[in-house]
Amino acid sequence: MVGLGGALSAILAVANKKLYVYEDPRIDQVEDMLPRANCGACGTAGCRSFAELAVKGEIAPGKCTVNSAEMTGEIARFLGVGAGVEEKRVARLACAGGANVARVRAHYRGLPTCRAAHLVAGGGKGCAWGCLGFGDCEVVCDFGAITMNEYGLPMVDESKCTACGDCVAVCPRALFSLHPVSHRLWVACKSLAKGEEAERECEVACTGCGLCAADAAPGLIAIKDNLAVIDYTKNEKASEDAIQRCPTGAIVWLEDGEGTVKGAAARKITRKSALPIG
Amino acid sequence: MTFPWFGSRKTFAHGIHPPECKDLTRDKGIRRLPFAPHLILPLSQHTGAPAKPIVREGQEVVRGEPIAEPGGFVSVPMHAPVTGVIEKIGLARDARGGMSPAIFIEQYQAANQEILYGAETDIDSLSPAELVKAVQATGVVGLGGAAFPTHVKLALPEGKQVDTVIVNGCECEPFLTTDHRVMLEQVDSIYKGIRIVMRALGAKRAIVGIETNKMDAVERMRAAVPAGLACTVEAIEAKYPQGAEKMLTKALVGREVPSGGLPIDVGVGVFNVGTLAQIGELLPIRQGLIERVVTVSGTGVRSPGNYLMAIGTPLRFVLEQVGFRERECELIFGGPMMGTTIASLDVPVTKGVTGILAIAKDHPLAHRNGRVYPCIKCGACVEACPMHLNPSELGLLARKMEYESMTEQHHLMDCFECGCCSFVCPSNIPLVQYFRVAKAVTRERKVSK
Repeated sequence: MVGLGGALSAILAVANKKLYVYEDPRIDQVEDMLPRANCGACGTAGCRSFAELAVKGEIAPGKCTVNSAEMTGEIARFLGVGAGVEEKRVARLACAGGANVARVRAHYRGLPTCRAAHLVAGGGKGCAWGCLGFGDCEVVCDFGAITMNEYGLPMVDESKCTACGDCVAVCPRALFSLHPVSHRLWVACKSLAKGEEAERECEVACTGCGLCAADAAPGLIAIKDNLAVIDYTKNEKASEDAIQRCPTGAIVWLEDGEGTVKGAAARKITRKSALPIG
Repeated sequence: MTFPWFGSRKTFAHGIHPPECKDLTRDKGIRRLPFAPHLILPLSQHTGAPAKPIVREGQEVVRGEPIAEPGGFVSVPMHAPVTGVIEKIGLARDARGGMSPAIFIEQYQAANQEILYGAETDIDSLSPAELVKAVQATGVVGLGGAAFPTHVKLALPEGKQVDTVIVNGCECEPFLTTDHRVMLEQVDSIYKGIRIVMRALGAKRAIVGIETNKMDAVERMRAAVPAGLACTVEAIEAKYPQGAEKMLTKALVGREVPSGGLPIDVGVGVFNVGTLAQIGELLPIRQGLIERVVTVSGTGVRSPGNYLMAIGTPLRFVLEQVGFRERECELIFGGPMMGTTIASLDVPVTKGVTGILAIAKDHPLAHRNGRVYPCIKCGACVEACPMHLNPSELGLLARKMEYESMTEQHHLMDCFECGCCSFVCPSNIPLVQYFRVAKAVTRERKVSK
């Protein structure tokens, strides 16, 4: 027995030396400095492969949107490369149609997920573009950045959001998109229905009236298929002037710390309860 | 001596026997529903590319006039179901809950609604290729619910042959009696249609399959077989989903359609009786499909029946006409097993709508609001699945969102969502809904790859 053990351990000792693969020790160190969320937001398979690419110099440490600024800087110093920090991006929802403002036309009973409801006659929601409110995005978010509010609308916590893009992929109505935090002007609606029809289904719908386009810097906002569309290449010209005359408050200004700011002319929503079904 | 309801009837393995509920409308003759003042005609009523409108806003159209041309080979034209004026071309709510482009027509109340289009044609002088074109021009699609353009099935791909035409008169879905009434009232058109389809495909024989719960239709169809037509009428067991084309092929000619294949792969073409009746009626006079028979039934409807209605009639108008009993109902286009739940009354009746059901909450087939219990591995779904899949295993995988293993190891894509597994599940697991989600995700991933 002892002989057999000795022989096998000898084989293992030889194999350990013979089959040794050199690995850059910096990979482990870089990996230690990464958040280890394995979220895939950077486009690689996980934190390990990100570390390998970073050591090879094929990816900038700043591409990891989840990491804190200090750790990103530390990785850059450690590797002796530029951090390549990009502006922080966050997920934004192009809908404000919670249960207190958006109509539900039919009871939906079935699997309580957005994707399932979307396949059953659109889940009974009046607006064919709006948020279904079952919270697939809340479930898929690894960072706890999305919580459903009392009206069944997901709220993104910008400080926790890492722009990993999971919510963008999971939403069956494609309401999420990733935006740099400097994009303050925001159209919280995706309805392509004509003004009256859109408003009949939701009190905060964009009616395509064009007031925002008229008040904003030329070319910043265009009305396309009854919906205001912001050209973010001209983002530096965006100001709060554009939102002031919006009758429904569909176009908003997202102020740091103050949350969503609506224009002065926006209809005041005081209803706290959900709209009746029908 | 054989009894029609007894003994060994042709059928397939597995399947279920849901309550038939056909008594509500079985004996109601086809009646015309009035024309709605406003019609909505989605450009995508059929499977395939949407039709392209050839009219503009404000244009006057005459009943039967073409208003849209096919958007490709797998597409059909559309014809005006009423004389009136084009209100607009814009987005309209569709049965799936989304918004899709449609032509809106306002009816002229004073018009006599005469069809002034069409020309008598000698169909015997047309070649098979010309027949395919002529069928496309009628705008006829599969009227059994799938709405697949019929002419595509008639255009045989290279190297394929069809020896048998199967005529689907099963109507295995509960409540629906559309095909039943068509078989009783439009026998001659059906046989004209069978003749056209057989000529286009070069088929040697035709078999009409009708379930044993419609023996009057079997007798009527048998008595009317024209001399010289190689057509037989078979009574087959009343079992769901007997009317699915793969099941019917197995039951009538004993051929198994390969996984992922079509009946054409085993030399069979399957056509619904309603489709053939429309082809037989419209093709010889070169007119377009502008109306269809729809069963309006269910406990929430005041006067259930089989109505001939213009394509594009909004659901709200249909319910106003037939009377609506319950305020809260489940509304379904098609049958209760495979039909589409409707969430808006503004949805129009399209070419593929076989029935409109308003099922009150207390009906046994209404949504079982019971709790969902864990799978107890009883195997009832496995015994029910006509495709011989394992819904129990698939359901467990679907809960874990293991869609890849579902498609690769458990043949998810062979599931045609007949609903047998959900129907028999004692734990109320919404299996088909899981599968529909899984299939939708799988299709999306395939596209994005």
